[in-house]
Amino acid sequence: MFFNNLKQLHGKVYINETWCKGCGFCVQFCPTNVLDISSDYNAKGYHPPYAKNPEKCHDCQYCQIICPEFSIFVTRDDENERGVTEK
Amino acid sequence: MTTDIGKFKHDSPMSGTLRMERMPHIWCPGCGIGSEVNAFAEAIKRSGIDPKKLVVVSGIGCTGRVAGYVDFDSIHTTHGRAIPVATGIKLANPELTVVVFSGEGDLTGIGGNHLIHAARRNMDLVVICNNNFTYGMTGGQVTPTTPHSAIASTTPYGNYEYPFSLPFLVDAAGATYIARWTSMDVRNVTQSIEEALAHKGFSFIEIISPCTTLYLRRNRLGDGVDMLQHYQENTVLKHGCDTRETAIDFQGKIVIGKFVDKVKPTYLEAVDQCCVKLVGDDYQLYGKTIPEREAEEKAEKEKVAARRAAVLAEQTEANE
Repeated sequence: MFFNNLKQLHGKVYINETWCKGCGFCVQFCPTNVLDISSDYNAKGYHPPYAKNPEKCHDCQYCQIICPEFSIFVTRDDENERGVTEK
Repeated sequence: MTTDIGKFKHDSPMSGTLRMERMPHIWCPGCGIGSEVNAFAEAIKRSGIDPKKLVVVSGIGCTGRVAGYVDFDSIHTTHGRAIPVATGIKLANPELTVVVFSGEGDLTGIGGNHLIHAARRNMDLVVICNNNFTYGMTGGQVTPTTPHSAIASTTPYGNYEYPFSLPFLVDAAGATYIARWTSMDVRNVTQSIEEALAHKGFSFIEIISPCTTLYLRRNRLGDGVDMLQHYQENTVLKHGCDTRETAIDFQGKIVIGKFVDKVKPTYLEAVDQCCVKLVGDDYQLYGKTIPEREAEEKAEKEKVAARRAAVLAEQTEANE
């Protein structure tokens, strides 16, 4: 769904696995299900998240603001910076 | 699975407002305090306040650690005495914006008297109260807000006391800005803190958050995600709701929203009024006459507005 000729924004998720305590907030509350809990462990023995569907990220930054460990942030994808309009 | 922590710290948008060298922090997995601190940092960034003129005061407890993790001038006070210290800071230098970030056991249990008197005087403070229904750091004792029949370590057969409804308490005491959110509503918390920072007078924001290790475990309520989902389903948004209707039952509906936003002379303004009546126009507070102070305040407000506009313009430009 597009409004006029505006394309949706895209974001890139950066995850710091070392600080993650595996609370699962980012995975549970991501509106587009970008993240999922990985089967790997970090040094503390928690399962950190990983970007399962990175192309679905629309830069809403909800994971960034709800992460209690300050270990996720989202940047806008360079390719689509400023939301390239559809030709 | 390795992350370059140095690069992450440098790139993180929180690096200017939080002390990234002290991370990872001590809070348990699933605790809501981290989300609140994130919202607080975001609100500070967006409000345009000069970080050099901001003081964060915390008491003791899990939430009391916030003062150590924010990269502003901050003070970690004795148990329950966060508000008296904040009052002192505000009176010593009225130019500062003083934020009290503490837990409900600290603010309403040990320091309950200070809370109601700061609200009564309408001191120009922002009080952010993290309400997790338990004394988290000392082993899950019952607090003044633990709901009736909830289990705590000092009430193993269910709490037989009746809890405080914090918005009602501070409204009755005379606070001029009262809001309640859960740690799920981080966007609203950000907006609310921003409004409270701009508001003149006693602003009280209650944030309900899960305590996974003590409250949720003893009451068999699952983990942090379960509780946040419970908040999602069981909160009722009612702006301007009568604060008498905001009591929280055990696992019942939680009324959230901005309940009170009114204007009343603050403590310093009341002092000025009284002294001007007694002494006349020569009265000076902290070496400044009232017109001088008003001019300074106006200039500061304009500066803040300009900085805020710059932040907003940057955002809209990025969204175009």
